[in-house]
Amino acid sequence: MKPAAFEYSRPADIDETCALLAADDGARVIAGGQTLVPLMAMRLARPSRIIDIARIPGLAYVRDEGNDIAIGATTKQHVIESDPVIRAKLPLLFKVMPFVGHTATRARGTVGGSLANGDGAAEIVLVAATLGATLVWRDAGTNSSMTASDFFLGPMVTALPLNACLAEAHFPVWPEPLVGVGFHEINARQSDFAFVSAAAQIALDGDGCCTRAAIGIGAATAVPLRLDTVAENLKGKRFEEGKVRKALKAALADIEPMADLHASAEYRKRVAVTLGVRALADAYQAAARHA
Amino acid sequence: MKVELDINKVKHAVEVEPRTSLLDCLRDKLLLTGAHAGCEHGVCGACTVLVDGAPVRSCLMFAVQADGYAITTIEGLSPGPGELSPIQDAFCETHGMQCGYCTPAMILAAHALLSKNSQPRREEIIDAISGNICRCTGYAQIVEAIALAAERMRRQNIKADPL
Repeated sequence: MKPAAFEYSRPADIDETCALLAADDGARVIAGGQTLVPLMAMRLARPSRIIDIARIPGLAYVRDEGNDIAIGATTKQHVIESDPVIRAKLPLLFKVMPFVGHTATRARGTVGGSLANGDGAAEIVLVAATLGATLVWRDAGTNSSMTASDFFLGPMVTALPLNACLAEAHFPVWPEPLVGVGFHEINARQSDFAFVSAAAQIALDGDGCCTRAAIGIGAATAVPLRLDTVAENLKGKRFEEGKVRKALKAALADIEPMADLHASAEYRKRVAVTLGVRALADAYQAAARHA
Repeated sequence: MKVELDINKVKHAVEVEPRTSLLDCLRDKLLLTGAHAGCEHGVCGACTVLVDGAPVRSCLMFAVQADGYAITTIEGLSPGPGELSPIQDAFCETHGMQCGYCTPAMILAAHALLSKNSQPRREEIIDAISGNICRCTGYAQIVEAIALAAERMRRQNIKADPL
């Protein structure tokens, strides 16, 4: 038994979850527990109570709402991995799922858990930031929402209020007929934490010119970076590697990447440019193949 | 807390502290020591069990969270007393183990793969066991064992029970 002692609650609904959170400063929500339990095992987290939301009815779903796809907070990652709606409507999220942990962690880990933890190296967080997802939470009986760019604040720090419980995430759907995605990451072992990751989505017109683009860099910094200048730059143009590389270099010139034993800050910055180019190139080619 | 667990198709009522992991509960309370305690923080995969047929790290799940699921440990995989499953046989034949510490978890991960995919490609086998660390074999014979088991089960028309 490695974690410190705690009380265990299994509330019936999300409002009871919020009430339990409000009643105990040391309480933490658990869904899949794939991030929280390791932290508890190392006693980096010592919650006095864990509130298990995994089996609250009606919190796990994938719902096509036309302009976006709503994903319930406790939807398991391995459900997303093989969901036909996600495959058809959110190709970028579908693409990154095999990189999220391992088969055994995706069987328990949830989409909401990954978003609420806000790990800058997490692939689901990167997709939320890149596509501009909206996060919805419940707090004292009311729903509030925020876009990903405001939600992720720092290393595993989000804007989620203390007594709130994440309820769902809305990922925007691109309606254009020619959409392609690309994703690349570098890590020490397959499916281990990324040192740097890059996710891109591109829409093309019939002439092969880019009508819309999104590019995000994860893991290099505490919070994923969405590079809107690079995306704007691509509009109305075909993909030209030299120009894209130049735009990425400029956009990443002032970032201060993290550094550790495995990857220096300089390395991460260089690799971010390269992976960004590859992700955009893949996205462009994939979109062109649909033509 | 009292919790009722369904393990290898047998119901067990156990009294545990909330902080007791499913792993510790299996090993200490139910004496099912086939699930191994390695890192105990979700990295090594030695504690893998099947929860509703899907591989799960039992060190990252509290026993109090596990009621109502069908849990399968390596002890539940053998077809009868003294018999081995086709995957276990294949591990013996290809020397898919040395010290044996990672083996039960590797076999359960392989079982979960073959129950969904009877003809896995080499990359799919590697991906399926990528969350399980082996410090002895270098993995080659483990991958070989899973490929051999898959081939045999296909030929003999044996399905890996989704459990």
